[in-house]
Amino acid sequence: MPVQPRRAADAAASPDTVRLDGVGFGYGHGPEVLRDVNLTLPRGSFHFLTGHSGAGKSTLLKLLTLAARPTRGALWLFGEDAGDAPRGTLPTFRRRMGVVFQDFRLLDHMSAFDNVALPLRLAGARPAAYAGNVTEMLEWVGLGDRAQTCPPALSGGEKQRLAIARAVIAGPELIVADEPTGNVDADMAARLLKLFQSLNRLGATVLIASHDEALAARSGAAVLRLDGGRIRGAQA
Amino acid sequence: MIGRLSGRRAPILPREAGGEPWLAAVIAALCFLACLAAAGALAADRAAHGWARSLGAEATVQVRPRVGESGATAAARAAETLAGVTGVDEAEALDREAAEALLRPWLGEAVLPDLPLPYLVVVRLDRDQPASAVSLSRALAEAGVDATVDDHSLWRAEVERSAGLITVLAGAAFLLTAGAAAAAVVYATRAGMAAQAGVISILSLNGASDIRIAGLYQRRYGLLAAGAGAAGALAAMAALSLLRFLGGSDGITPALPVVWSDVLILSSCPALAATVALLAARLTALARLRGHD
Repeated sequence: MPVQPRRAADAAASPDTVRLDGVGFGYGHGPEVLRDVNLTLPRGSFHFLTGHSGAGKSTLLKLLTLAARPTRGALWLFGEDAGDAPRGTLPTFRRRMGVVFQDFRLLDHMSAFDNVALPLRLAGARPAAYAGNVTEMLEWVGLGDRAQTCPPALSGGEKQRLAIARAVIAGPELIVADEPTGNVDADMAARLLKLFQSLNRLGATVLIASHDEALAARSGAAVLRLDGGRIRGAQA
Repeated sequence: MIGRLSGRRAPILPREAGGEPWLAAVIAALCFLACLAAAGALAADRAAHGWARSLGAEATVQVRPRVGESGATAAARAAETLAGVTGVDEAEALDREAAEALLRPWLGEAVLPDLPLPYLVVVRLDRDQPASAVSLSRALAEAGVDATVDDHSLWRAEVERSAGLITVLAGAAFLLTAGAAAAAVVYATRAGMAAQAGVISILSLNGASDIRIAGLYQRRYGLLAAGAGAAGALAAMAALSLLRFLGGSDGITPALPVVWSDVLILSSCPALAATVALLAARLTALARLRGHD
């Protein structure tokens, strides 16, 4: 399945959304947090990434969102070498992905509406073009009546849903979510999982990092397990 | 509903960036000083040209009478000769009473009657094509008048050099204030970006380019500087208008004449302040963002 090393030379021709070849990463001069990670996420795939706390899940997601670069090995996104990509090209990669952070990373001075609209606004879309989609998305995640509320006035679960709405509003090719159901009840977790599955059916590649192995099992998706900085295997 | 939601977009950068009112006050004060420096330079330049023009329009001739000839006669003969030279409007021999009147304020009444005074001729030259000191000297020599011509060129050169120096110093003061304003904006941009590192990270991860993020700071500080620059320029305009209004038709500083066109020139200060702030903020933000790679 997805966890299989390949040579970097043929990655450009690959339809894979994500590919890591022998990737290692360490913070500063410290020991490597990720070691010899080989990972391929084919276009349109749906994976859960599990592992105990400190296994390196968040670090791996940092690499995928280009918030950090591999200290060794090759990272390919959308068929392009992203590991050594110049800083000026990063927005091009990031506009093709939607990221849900564990700590939400919402802009507190903006309303829920403006937070969801942010990726579209940064991409240069006009308000008249995206207002309908944003409103619809807010209603879909159950925040239709909270559109003008700023994040500090929202509950943890509402913030989580808002962060997910922002991540998926621009129809990204790759969705990376770090514990996206960590602050919601079981019903909402199931609903959000359905949202990710719907987006996956529409063609998006989805990777969800979660410590909730039961949720991963219920989803029926392939599960990648991080242990000691290495991906140990996958199971569907 | 959609129109209502889309019509009121929050600014992408939060408003609570610290120190903005202080930065505005600093830029306003710097613009005020820069405007005064610029107006001072303009007035000094204008005054110097006026003084140089006046000095250049006159020459003074000191006449030494021949043996047996009185000083007044020699001066009258010199004046008559000089009046006929091309480039001379008028030549007037200065009699002893007139010379004493000029010296009285400095020397007092007591010593004047015993003081040997030079015999002078004041020559008013044509403003457009003034006669040179050489042509005046030649005309006097041909008429057999022993005299020395002073066309004030020494004084004129000193006045022009002093005015040039004042203009250079005022220009340097103007550039220094612009530099200080840029430094203040650089500091504010760095502080603002440090305080909003989380926001910048969110923008970046949501696809904002460095140029777009730098543009947000550039716009913020450019607008702030334009407003502060306008306040500083208005204060300077008010101060200069007051100088011009007080003291009659020549203003309160007739030696450094302020004219209304100077006041209007200062209206470009807000645009200059905004340009300086805009460039400083943009370059600082880009350098800082690229330093994070």
